Amino acid sequence: MGATIIEKIIRNNVGKEVKPGEIVTVNVDRVMIHDIFIPFVASKFEEMGFKKLWDPDKVVLIYDHLVPASQVDDTRHFRVGNEFVKKYGMKNIHRSDGICHQLMTEAGYVKPGNIVFGTDSHTTTYGCVGAFSSGIGYTEMASILGTGTMWVRVPETIKVTINGTLPENVMAKDIILKLIGDLGADGATYKALEFAGDTVENMSVASRMSMSNMAIEAGAKCALFTPDEKTAEYCEMELTDKEKDLIGDSDAVYCREIVYDAKDFVPVMACPSNVDNVKPVSQLVGKEIDQVFIGSCTNGRLEDLMAAAEVLKDKKVAPFVKLIVTPASRKIYKQAMENGTMAILAKAGAIITHPSCGLCCGRTGGILTDGETVVATNNRNFLGRMGTSKVGIYLASPKTAATCAVAGKIVEPK
Amino acid sequence: MGKVFKFQQDVDTDQIIASQYLLFSTIDEMKAYTFESLDPEFASKVKPGDYVVASENFGCGSSREQAPSVLKALGVKAVIAKSFARIFYRNAINIGLPVIVCKDLHENVNPGDEMELSMQEGVVRVNGKEYECTKLPEYMQGILDQGGLIASLNKED
Repeated sequence: MGATIIEKIIRNNVGKEVKPGEIVTVNVDRVMIHDIFIPFVASKFEEMGFKKLWDPDKVVLIYDHLVPASQVDDTRHFRVGNEFVKKYGMKNIHRSDGICHQLMTEAGYVKPGNIVFGTDSHTTTYGCVGAFSSGIGYTEMASILGTGTMWVRVPETIKVTINGTLPENVMAKDIILKLIGDLGADGATYKALEFAGDTVENMSVASRMSMSNMAIEAGAKCALFTPDEKTAEYCEMELTDKEKDLIGDSDAVYCREIVYDAKDFVPVMACPSNVDNVKPVSQLVGKEIDQVFIGSCTNGRLEDLMAAAEVLKDKKVAPFVKLIVTPASRKIYKQAMENGTMAILAKAGAIITHPSCGLCCGRTGGILTDGETVVATNNRNFLGRMGTSKVGIYLASPKTAATCAVAGKIVEPK
Repeated sequence: MGKVFKFQQDVDTDQIIASQYLLFSTIDEMKAYTFESLDPEFASKVKPGDYVVASENFGCGSSREQAPSVLKALGVKAVIAKSFARIFYRNAINIGLPVIVCKDLHENVNPGDEMELSMQEGVVRVNGKEYECTKLPEYMQGILDQGGLIASLNKED
């Protein structure tokens, strides 16, 4: 019997065939801890009585949610993190290089076929390069730091096949929002998503990343793409036969199969305050907005900033709208400077910030208040995420967001 | 017996404990803000032994372990829902907070009802009726029985 991608990754890790529903203990290839949770991970690790990390080189600590500190209390997280790094001989620490999920693949910490856990729900992102990655809590992270192992239930797989050419104004973000709307916020809970079809084969790794990033919004445990030549180029490596084989077999068993024709996709938004409340932008036209946010681990990459710049070239952001642009990493920031993207955005009136999580988690500049509306490219529109609980957050693609910033209201990308 | 606190579907982790409170250094400081956006009086009304009852997808959203932790710190005996989000479910078991799936309970209880849960029998008793709930897989029940992952790891040593 054939296997799905997740079954192959787990099988390769544990060295025996596995079936959905089975509970197995895997050897972890890499872990990621971010600044918000490092104090709790550190105290649990010591409470558990561990004296050393199972492998300091496999542990990555990234400061991103709180960078740069906006409150005095935030600095405690950096102090605890720095002490932990020193005490346990860690080398992999990033203090202001960008968002954790961007850095994990960009800096080469994750490779196809790896099993990776992180203290953040959007850890599903690394499925873009064919890695099994998922979010966990700080107690479980502390346990991996000591043992290097983790129990997992082998998930069932939902296969999503997309074939054809996308309409010009549709981005990967529109696809994943549509899928979440169709599945519902718990439609993939405990399950793996597996993407296939020529539309995703033709996508950049960055676009795949937008999709795997948001899989958790349908409850998924992970979201996997087959590693290919683009993956190899992105990861700066040559794929082995084992890595190339991370594709769902034709006789693999899926718990559900969903097929889309790429030409049927339209620009969409997730409306307040659930990510699965997805509507075509055409049904929302005219709603006045106060702010636009382009950034995050979902859509803060070079192709996203360039898509926004294409819309904003020789135009101005509406006078009453604040457009906040936050590159996902320092590398992307630099690339966008060098290829002229930043100049276009700045000229159009964007507020460009340092690479970090920024407004996505409601930590830095751009907090909103009662009655205000924001169009944002990140992954969550939960109540109270970007200010008070009476802020309306509409999630959209960078192209749609930039178009709205110019119009000062919700409009369809042209 | 404990009182029922009732919530609807898709209760996310931001609603259980909002992100601005994650910067407190202890769970005890955070717990007063539990369910702040849904029921600002929850933390002052809930008593040890009470229950949280919800519909589908309880605990969706972020990986924050503070979400089950504040509920446990307030003495919530168990969360009983139609279904749970994955990370919340694991976190709850790892810290020793029972999370019980019961498909038929939500429609049949009201806030303030007196309820009793027997995990061994896999039943909930409320308003003179019994509702069957799903038992945990053995592996997870083992962690929970030992009081969570820390206790369980210590025992393996």
